[in-house]
Amino acid sequence: MSPLHLHLLLAAALFAIGLAGALTRRHAILVLIGIELMLNAANLNLLAFWRYGPNPEPLNGPIFALFTIAIAAAEAAVGLALIIAIHRRYRTTRVEDIRRLRG
Amino acid sequence: MDLFPRHLWLIPALPLAAAGIGSLLGPSRRRLAGMLAVAAMALAALLSLAAFAGTVTRETAGEASVAVHNFGWFEAGSLLVSIGWILDPLSAAMLLMITTVGTLIFLFSIGYMADDERAHRFFTFLSFFAAAMLGLVMANSLLLLFVCWELVGLASYLLIGFWFTRPAAAAAARKAFLTTRIGDLGLLLGMLWLYAETGTLLFFDDGRGCLESDMLAGLAGRLTASGLGVSAAISLLILCGAIGKSGQVPLHVWLPDAMEGPTPVSALIHAATMVAAGVFLMARVYPLAALDGTADVLRVALTVLTWVGAITALSGALTAVAQYDIKRILAYSTVSQLGFMMMGIGAGGPAVGMMHLLTHAGFKALLFLGAGSVIHGCHHEQDIRQLGGLRTRMRLTFATYAVGMMALSGVPLFFSGFWSKDAIVHSLEGWPGGKLPFVIALGTAALTAFYMTRQMIYVFAGPARSPGAAAAHESPPVMTGPLVMLAVATIGLSAITTPFVPWLEHFLTSSLGKGDSPGHANWGVLLLSGTISLAGIALGGWVYRRVPGGRATDRDPLGIRFPRLFDVLERRFYVDELYAATVVRWTQLAGWLAASLDRWISSALHDAAALAASAGAWLTRTLDQGVINATFDDGCEAARDSGRILSRAHDGRAQQYLRILVVGVAVLLFLLWNLQGT
Repeated sequence: MSPLHLHLLLAAALFAIGLAGALTRRHAILVLIGIELMLNAANLNLLAFWRYGPNPEPLNGPIFALFTIAIAAAEAAVGLALIIAIHRRYRTTRVEDIRRLRG
Repeated sequence: MDLFPRHLWLIPALPLAAAGIGSLLGPSRRRLAGMLAVAAMALAALLSLAAFAGTVTRETAGEASVAVHNFGWFEAGSLLVSIGWILDPLSAAMLLMITTVGTLIFLFSIGYMADDERAHRFFTFLSFFAAAMLGLVMANSLLLLFVCWELVGLASYLLIGFWFTRPAAAAAARKAFLTTRIGDLGLLLGMLWLYAETGTLLFFDDGRGCLESDMLAGLAGRLTASGLGVSAAISLLILCGAIGKSGQVPLHVWLPDAMEGPTPVSALIHAATMVAAGVFLMARVYPLAALDGTADVLRVALTVLTWVGAITALSGALTAVAQYDIKRILAYSTVSQLGFMMMGIGAGGPAVGMMHLLTHAGFKALLFLGAGSVIHGCHHEQDIRQLGGLRTRMRLTFATYAVGMMALSGVPLFFSGFWSKDAIVHSLEGWPGGKLPFVIALGTAALTAFYMTRQMIYVFAGPARSPGAAAAHESPPVMTGPLVMLAVATIGLSAITTPFVPWLEHFLTSSLGKGDSPGHANWGVLLLSGTISLAGIALGGWVYRRVPGGRATDRDPLGIRFPRLFDVLERRFYVDELYAATVVRWTQLAGWLAASLDRWISSALHDAAALAASAGAWLTRTLDQGVINATFDDGCEAARDSGRILSRAHDGRAQQYLRILVVGVAVLLFLLWNLQGT
C-alpha cells in the first residue's frame, strides 16, 4: 500500500461519510455539511495526486485546491442563503417538509 | 317580281317580329301592342299582294306557275335536309287571304280586347299564330309544313286557353291540342313513309320534288302488303292529320269547345285559317292522292276524303240546328263547311275545294266578328234565346251579318258562297263514287240555310228578350270597320268565282292540276242549289215565325215538335260522352296502371337504396365508435394512468431524488467498469 493509496483511501472514506450524511440527515444544514465534506474529500484527492504524481514542481495541486475551496465557500454561502430563505417562509429546516416542487 | 320567291320569308317574318317585340311590352302598352300587330300584318298583306300580283302576271305570261327557292337546313353526316319556299297560285292566294283577313281581325281585336288586362299577350300570340300559319302555306317542304303545323297548334292552344283561369277554357285548350295531336301522328307517319319512298320532302325541286311527275311516276303502281297503293296509303295517313286539324268526324270534337277562346280567335283560327290548314294540306298533296287510277277509277284516298267530308258536313249541320250559343252554331257550321271543302277536293279537285275555302274564310270571319260585335254590344250575352231586337239597335252589325249569312246559306248571284258551294255540288253530281254524297251535300245546304235563318231570327228579329239585349249598342268603328270590309269582299269575290268568269278556278288549277272538276257551268245544278238555299231560308222563317215577340224561356219550336230528336241534336249526338266513356277512360286507366307500376317499382328501389344507406351508416358508426374511439380512448387512458403512476416518483422530496441519483450513478459506474474489456 503506497502513500498515494492511503491518501486516496482517506479521501474516499471522507467522501462516503459526506455522501451518507447528505443522503440521510434530516436537518438541511447537516446536508450542507455533508456536501462540504464531499467537496473537501475531492480536494484531498486532488492534493494526493499532485503530491505523489509525476509532476511535483509546479503548484498545480494547491492552486486547483484553492479554486475548489473558493467555489465550495461560494456554494456554501448560497446554500445557507437558501436554507435561511426557506426557513423564513416555511418555518422549518427539515428537508422532508419541502415538497412544493412535486410533479 | 325578283324579290319573290327568294324573300318570301319576309311575309311571316313581319308578324313574328311583331310578336317578339310585343312580348316585351307590358299591360299598360296594350294599345301599342295591338297597333304593332295590325301594322305588321298590314305590311305582310302588302307584300302578299305583291307576290300575288307577281304570280298572276307570271301566269298570264304563260310561264311556269310554280316558283321555288330551296336551301339546305342542316346536315347530319351524309344526310342533308333541305327546306324551301314555294310561290304558286295556291300559296299566293292563301298568303293574301290570311294576311288581309288577319289584318281586319287584328283591327277588330283592338276594340274587342280593349278592356282585357292581358291584351298585350293576346296580340303577341295572335302575331305568332299568323307567322306560323303564313309559314305553313308557303312551305315547299313537308317537313317545314309540319313544323309550322305544330306551331299553329301551339298558338291555337295558347289562344283558346287565353282566359285560362276559367276551367272550361283550359280544358278546351287541352282538348284541342290532344285531339289534333292524334291526327298529327298519322301525318308524321305519312311524312316518314313518303321520305322513305322518295328520299325527299321537298314538293318541287327541279324535277326531284316528291310532288313532281318524275317522283310520282316512280310511286305509281307500287302496292303495300295489303294490296293498297303506296301513294294511297301515304295519302290516307296525311289525311289523318287533316282530319284532326280541320275538325272532320271523328276528330271534330275540339272545334265547338274551342269557342271558349275570345271571338277574334274563333274568327281567325277556327273559321278562316287554322282549320283550313287541313284542307290546304290535302290540296297541296293532291297529286299524290290522285295518283292511283284515272278519273273513272275510284281513288282510295280521295274516296275516303269525300265520304269523311260528307259525314262531317251532315252531322255538323244537324248539330248546328239545335244549338243555343251564338258561337257554337257558327262552330258547327264551320265543321259542316269544312266537310264541304273536303268533299270538294275529293270529288272536284283541289281548285274547287280551295275556292270554297277562300270564300268561306271571308264570310265566316265576317260572321264570327259579327257575333263578336253582338257579344260585345250585349255585354257578353251569348245565348240566342236571350237576344233579339238587335236589328234596330246594331244596324251595321245586322247588315254585315246578313251579308255573311246569305253567303253561307248560298243565296244565289251576288254572294260568293253560292258560287263556290255550287262548284262543289256540281262536282259531286258527276262523281263516279256514288250519288249519296251529292244528296247529302244538297241536304246540308238546305240545313245550312235553315239554321242560319233560325239564328238570324233569334238574334236580330223582333223585340229584345232580355235587359242585356235591350241595352245593346252598336260597336265602335274599329270593330264595325272590318265587318264592312269583309262584307264588301264577300260580295266582291263572287265576281271571280262564278263559272261564267272562272278566273279563280283557272288560276288555282294552273299549279294544282285540274282534278275532276267539270269546269263548265251546269244550269240544272245551279238552279237546284239556288232553289234549295232559298227553300231552306223560307222553311226557317216559317218554323220560327213565332220566336220574335216570344219569351227567353220559350222552347225552340222544333224542340216542341220533335223533342227526342232535338235533344239528340242538342247533345251533339252524344259523341263527347262516347269518347269520355271509351277513349278517355281507357287512357286514364292506362295512365293509372303506369303510375302504379312506377310507384311500386320506384318505391321498391327507394326502399332498397335506403336500406343500403342505413346499413352502410351502421357499419361506419360501429367502426368509428367501436374500433377507432376505443383504441384512442384506451390509449389515452393508458397514457394517463402511466403518467399518474410515474408521477408518484416526483413527490418533491429533494433528498429522495438525490438518493436515487446516487444509486443510478453507482449502477452506471459498475456497468462501465465491467464492460470495459468487452
